Amino acid sequence: MKERTAVIPEELKYTEEHEWVQRTGDATVRIGITDYAQEQLGDVVFVQLPELGETVDVGQTLGEVESTKSVSDIYAPLAGEVVARNDSLDQQPDLVNSDPYGEGWMIELRLGDPGAVDDLLDATAYQELAAGE
Amino acid sequence: MESRRTPLHAEHEALGAMFTDFAGWRMPLRYDSELAEHHAVRTTAGLFDLTHMGEIVLTGPEAGAALDHALVGHSSAIGVGRARYTMITRVDGGVLDDLIVYRLGETEYLVVANASNAELVFGELVERAADFDTEVVDRSQDYALLAVQGPASTAILAGLTPTDLATVKYYASYPTEVAGTPVLLARTGYTGEDGFELFVAPADAPAVWAALLEAGKAHDLKPAGLGCRDTLRLEAGMPLYGNELDTAHTPYHANLGRVVKLDKPGDFVGREALAAVAESGVDTTLVGLRSEGRRAPRHGYTVLDAEGAAVGEVTSGALSPTLGYSVAMAYVARSSAEPGTKLAVDVRGRQEPVEVVALPFYKRAN
Repeated sequence: MKERTAVIPEELKYTEEHEWVQRTGDATVRIGITDYAQEQLGDVVFVQLPELGETVDVGQTLGEVESTKSVSDIYAPLAGEVVARNDSLDQQPDLVNSDPYGEGWMIELRLGDPGAVDDLLDATAYQELAAGE
Repeated sequence: MESRRTPLHAEHEALGAMFTDFAGWRMPLRYDSELAEHHAVRTTAGLFDLTHMGEIVLTGPEAGAALDHALVGHSSAIGVGRARYTMITRVDGGVLDDLIVYRLGETEYLVVANASNAELVFGELVERAADFDTEVVDRSQDYALLAVQGPASTAILAGLTPTDLATVKYYASYPTEVAGTPVLLARTGYTGEDGFELFVAPADAPAVWAALLEAGKAHDLKPAGLGCRDTLRLEAGMPLYGNELDTAHTPYHANLGRVVKLDKPGDFVGREALAAVAESGVDTTLVGLRSEGRRAPRHGYTVLDAEGAAVGEVTSGALSPTLGYSVAMAYVARSSAEPGTKLAVDVRGRQEPVEVVALPFYKRAN
């Protein structure tokens, strides 16, 4: 059997909504969706991202990822202000499929409470979550 | 309840398929990329496992008459070896399923029903055929169904069958052999491309599948899942039961009044109601919508007119992989159904402008 195993980088943090969070500075993080999530979605054909300067609360909808078959919301894993967005996804939404942890990143947030990152799932916990689905 | 597996399940697993549960069956949704599979069917060929479809066989001197009574079409007028697209409706004209009827012999017909409706259609046919000299048998267990669809299908099949494919007409079926295996070969499909459907015994399905994959290598054939099947049929403007077709709508609402043969001899189930709709016309009708945006209108979304009033509901929609823009089908008020009408769809709180266009969205070159 050719079952593909989803990549879950050790150094990232994760959410139950299948997003990854990477620290990029003392109070900033980069966010995207996991390899497992993109595999479940199938070919991503459209990504809707928030505008720069928007502030978001935990659990608030940040945007949408559309595949040919379905639409999924992207939820804010942490509270903060949107300080960067990956404009490449407008023209190349498939980067979410081909490089979910790299060029397929979605937004960067400046956090109100940088310590909140530590409360997210670590790679081992996320691995268990994804395996259980 | 455990989903049923097709006789090709191991083949799908070996190809790395992602599966979906559909109408009680575990079916391949996609093998790799559904966009790549979609493009393969449009440009080369795709190989589908459609074993979930239901096969019902009617035999006997009045098999044709029974179908004339049970369905909206004129099955007894189908030539031996030919096939027709038709529907079964309720007494009130609401669509129970869309079907393909193959006339296999003078007194033998094969009815292919959607997986989700197969049991219901079988039950209805048994009941509706009760007063006719015919036997109705659910043969779904006895058939695996494979489809080769796409411009290269003829070239791929040609080397595997003694039948001259140039003689196999569209909507015709031939009992023949493929890869040395007995097959009912039909030139039918649900993709908008030229192609063939192969009814085979379940035990023979893996060998036929393997032969088609092998012969397809030289033509860039890809195994293709139900995911791309949906975008392919949408581009081709073909209705899907549960989306465009349901008991709330008659064939006339779906712009498929041509399948209703009101002038065939004898009465049929739904005739009175359908004749009334044919006479009075419909107040809502199925249309194509084209959007410049990439946010696709989807099943259940509200269609609005220029003043923002609700005029209809989307039945299917997707970003068209072939065309590069979003397309949808929708039931809208007749007054908003003219091609060129500017409408909008409420896509999760935001109004996306759309225009009514003639169906299909995509038509193959020849």
